[in-house]
Amino acid sequence: MKTLSKIAGISAATALIASPAFAEAGVEAAEHTAFILNSVLFLMGGFLVFWMAAGFTMLEAGLVRSKNVTMQLTKNVVLFSLAAIFYYLIGYNVMYPLGSWSIGTDETGGYLGAFGVAILEAVGVSAENADDIGYASTGSDFFFQLMFCATTASIVSGTLAERIKLWPFLIFTIILTGLIYPIQASWKWGGGFLDTQWGFLDFAGSTVVHSVGGWAALAGAIILGPRLGKYAKDGSVIPFPGSNLPLATLGTFILWLGWFGFNGGSQLAMGTIGDVADVSRIFSNTNAAAAGGVIAALALTQLLYKKPDLTMILNGALAGLVAITAEPLTPTLGQATLIGAVGGVIVVFAVPMLDKFKIDDAVGAIPVHLLAGIWGTLAVLFTNSDATLMGQIVPILIVGAFVFTVSFAIWYVLKLTVGIRVSEEDEINGLDKAELGMEAYPEFARH
Amino acid sequence: MKLIIAVIKPFKLEEVREALTSVGVQGLTVSEVKGYGRQSGHTEIYRGAEYVVNFVPKVKLEMAVADGDVASVVEILAETAKTGKIGDGKVFVMDVEQTLRIRTGETGEEAL
Repeated sequence: MKTLSKIAGISAATALIASPAFAEAGVEAAEHTAFILNSVLFLMGGFLVFWMAAGFTMLEAGLVRSKNVTMQLTKNVVLFSLAAIFYYLIGYNVMYPLGSWSIGTDETGGYLGAFGVAILEAVGVSAENADDIGYASTGSDFFFQLMFCATTASIVSGTLAERIKLWPFLIFTIILTGLIYPIQASWKWGGGFLDTQWGFLDFAGSTVVHSVGGWAALAGAIILGPRLGKYAKDGSVIPFPGSNLPLATLGTFILWLGWFGFNGGSQLAMGTIGDVADVSRIFSNTNAAAAGGVIAALALTQLLYKKPDLTMILNGALAGLVAITAEPLTPTLGQATLIGAVGGVIVVFAVPMLDKFKIDDAVGAIPVHLLAGIWGTLAVLFTNSDATLMGQIVPILIVGAFVFTVSFAIWYVLKLTVGIRVSEEDEINGLDKAELGMEAYPEFARH
Repeated sequence: MKLIIAVIKPFKLEEVREALTSVGVQGLTVSEVKGYGRQSGHTEIYRGAEYVVNFVPKVKLEMAVADGDVASVVEILAETAKTGKIGDGKVFVMDVEQTLRIRTGETGEEAL
């Protein structure tokens, strides 16, 4: 999602370049072919990113205690569905106003997008009637963008696991996917002010997706408070070991797979030799960064704790992936590995640091998505000469301030009105029994 | 008749079982248990937080043997369950007043 080719003016220019008369023979596909290939890229990328919802679900199911697993499963499948509905009803046009800003303009900078439901092209649309023949079908674009919105919501559910009530969480999800995410995403990807005024570079969303989920999760974790018994009176941290590390590992691999679509699809074009080569370059760099994150976390936990910690290694893979997301194209394979490795290092230090502040993040989503997201956004400066220091730092701060403040306010209002935390008894008995009356592993003995 | 209770390291179970069979022990009850001795647990680290494991997993073996077999059984337990490191476990020997084989009604050493 690095470019703004949805904007009509740019797409007209693209169409001109891509038309046979101007194309060099054998280099560029014809306009229709490019439209088809771009749409295929979005659909392929989209279903890979969709699968990340399964990855988050398995990761969270594995890292929480067995008495809260059904609740995590429920939250994840429902939040994805709410994201689908509210991104259709509100989010899509807020995020991509195509110049019809409610506040601002393309030239001066857009701040608030358009309101209205998403509308797809007609059945069997012709080339002449396609919304943007120089880009891709609207259906493929909507499908692809929706998955990113849902990813943001998935991030929040892990941090707040094991003590939040179901319905207030779902209300927050609606606001996050319908408004918070699309509004700030429009500032960059919809051609808003972070793009036009600051020249902000965030290829597939280290900031726009991952940090946003992280900020919303951080605000929620602060207001919600830690899980009962997580921090002893003497300040020591009581670990709650995850119930199923095979599931957590499977979830991480699923996320790793999905990330190829997340970053690769964000090339937004596959109609030229250069674009296809770039997509493959992005796949390779994305993979390298995950590997870097794994090895960094493996080595560091061995050095610091005398034994490697699998849960940190899994977080390290994801931190590497988040870190490369802001710029998966320009780094070399070596640079991508190092960018990912720094993400892994951040996780190993940030997890205990959050515990020092008594911010209880059940699955490590804040270190992975927020902190590695910030790192990845800054790391663009090392490999992409178009990036500027202020053009990266200021948008990180603006997006952070916006998302954290609004999320904090919403969590606070939810706490005062409906309450966001289950009772002490329900928390000890587990959310599965208390809120759902259904256990994930009913035939296992408990001790 | 004596009842011998041995608490040993779980990884030694198979070796101990084979040795006991070789000296003629015909029945064995095994339970997975947790507990602590003078070692009083150990520490582990999960996600950077150190915590104490107060109860260490062990395997408890129970077997009833004839008086004449006690010495050899205890000896074989001491030999096979031993690693020389802390936490090898303990063996307890106690009197058994009566034994009954439910199926046949046999009692005493006949029922072992």
